[in-house]
Amino acid sequence: MEISLFLSAAVIAGTPLLFATLGGILNEKVGNLNLGVEGMMLMGAVAGFIVGFKTNNALLAMLAAGAIGALGALIYAVLTVSLHANQVVTGLSLTIFGTGFSGFLGQKMVGQVISDQVKLSLAPIRIPLLSKIPVIGEPLFNQSSFVYLGYISAILLFVYFLYTNWGLNARMVGENPAAADAAGIHVNLYKYIHILIGGAFCGLGGAFLSLVYVPAWQEGITAGRGWIAVALVIFAGWNPLKAILGGFLFGGLDILGFRLQGAGLSVNQYFLDMVPYAVTIVVLVIAGIKKNSLNAPPKSLGNAYFREER
Amino acid sequence: MRVRVVKAKESSRNKKILIQTMAIAAALLITGVFILAIGHNPINVYSSMIKGSFGSAYRVKETIIKAVPLLITALGIAAAFRMKFWNIGAEGQIIMGAFGASFVALRFADLPKGAVLLSMMIAAVVCGGVWGIIPGYLKAKWGTNESIVTLMMNYIALKWIVYLQYGPWKDPASQGFPKIANFADSAILPKFLGVHIGWIIALVLVVVIHIFINYTKKGYEIVVLGESENTARYAGMDIKKIVLLATFISAGIAGLAGMIQASAVSNTLNMQIAGGAGYTAIIIAWLSGLSAPWMVVVSLLFAALIQGGSFIQTAFQIPQSAADIIQALILFCVLGSQFFIQYKVVFGGGEVRGN
Repeated sequence: MEISLFLSAAVIAGTPLLFATLGGILNEKVGNLNLGVEGMMLMGAVAGFIVGFKTNNALLAMLAAGAIGALGALIYAVLTVSLHANQVVTGLSLTIFGTGFSGFLGQKMVGQVISDQVKLSLAPIRIPLLSKIPVIGEPLFNQSSFVYLGYISAILLFVYFLYTNWGLNARMVGENPAAADAAGIHVNLYKYIHILIGGAFCGLGGAFLSLVYVPAWQEGITAGRGWIAVALVIFAGWNPLKAILGGFLFGGLDILGFRLQGAGLSVNQYFLDMVPYAVTIVVLVIAGIKKNSLNAPPKSLGNAYFREER
Repeated sequence: MRVRVVKAKESSRNKKILIQTMAIAAALLITGVFILAIGHNPINVYSSMIKGSFGSAYRVKETIIKAVPLLITALGIAAAFRMKFWNIGAEGQIIMGAFGASFVALRFADLPKGAVLLSMMIAAVVCGGVWGIIPGYLKAKWGTNESIVTLMMNYIALKWIVYLQYGPWKDPASQGFPKIANFADSAILPKFLGVHIGWIIALVLVVVIHIFINYTKKGYEIVVLGESENTARYAGMDIKKIVLLATFISAGIAGLAGMIQASAVSNTLNMQIAGGAGYTAIIIAWLSGLSAPWMVVVSLLFAALIQGGSFIQTAFQIPQSAADIIQALILFCVLGSQFFIQYKVVFGGGEVRGN
């Protein structure tokens, strides 16, 4: 069925966004606005691709992508958490670094394609029963295990932030670090851990592009998706479950032009290419208009915490 | 032994300079290790970068030509950053400025040269400025995150130029090749001392912006708003008006850089018109501490880094992406060094008196 095919493609296009958005949420929940998402995605994309290409092992490729993403995040964490550097400029620098890093390591890989062995181990798996749900069953539950990892991560993060002690502590760090510190929470440790895991998610998002979505190496493979993810964090109201919806919605927008032309509709490709970016702006404006306490940003987002300045 | 960190009292100017010099030394060292790791001799690479950017009169001119858009754009960005309005959209604002200028250049080239150039500049400032005032308005009205909006608008601007290049503005004389026609002679900036007069415009802007920010009421209001929105509000300032003015100035100046690039450098409009200058300028503005005179020095350094970077690309086959990595490493070091200006590390236990 036509609609089912489109939704399935939207899920695939949206999965890198989902991972990166989850990464952004982890950063922002502990009060750190990380504009390095695009850079960490690129780092993960190239690391995942190279390891996948050399070892033919999808799992190793994903681990490498996560580790490299976390490594990029570590630079950011040292600078912003320990050294109180400006988060905006540090994030931008991280994106420049990631762009250079992926371009540099990937220069000999341009045009190379992932082996069938890796493709096979990341091939769609049909989940019984769930995939029988009308319309959405097939698109959502006949996908790569990499996509399922995205759902599982989102659900786990949702539960983590809402129902576990650690998750609540993390949120307190993002809302009011001084109070969290007074309550005996190790503020900087929480920040480091969440920023690093967030970076790993961004790296995985990039690796999904280079291992599943494309799956070949091209320079600048993320094409601004990291930035859309930063906006999706706001769209999702810092809620990991809504990140699934946001990711797939924008995944759909991403492929819309291509599909409409395929359906024989005459639409201008260049204007359609603008749609995801324009919609991101609209989404931000709407989020700004209906600001309420439920989907407000963590209160100390963007501020450095220094104990002696309490 | 206990190690504690306390806020330093006013750092002396000498200490600041010392720490920043150390940061750059550290950056050169780390970069050197990186260059060594990719199999080259860092000393050779560094010296060829200097030779590549300042080694001959021609290369100095090339470096200055690269510095002009960086400097002008950084001046614009700083106006917004003073207000803590994180304008990441200079890239798009340059593009839209170039679009405005090109519109004039392609339609009204028959007018006298002075009139063409002047209207190109006005069109560029207006088009660039509008591209900045939109996120400014959204921020002032609904508190929309300006970093993301300005960034998204970069992509939209770029797609717009692609559309023009492949669509309505495609040069019929180019035999199907998607390019926009070259400008007539009347739309090209004249040269002075061998370099297009963009460099004079840039230096004039340095003075104007420096005076505007430091010695005028409007400039002062922008700074106060950046320091504390509440203070600005209690002082009875019209916050929305200030935001709109500052974002228009910021983006309008970036637009002017676009006009200069289109007119003097590429002689036409194309997708590469901004070429990342909008992003590099953010770094330049920030590294200069948003001070206009310092931006002259820092943009020259970055232009040299770019020019030297393309030189080592041919001389050592070090790819352009390595230059990105080097840029980022320098930034990381300088970002980290700020900490040691603001705080001092105290060894030993006992009472430590902060401020």
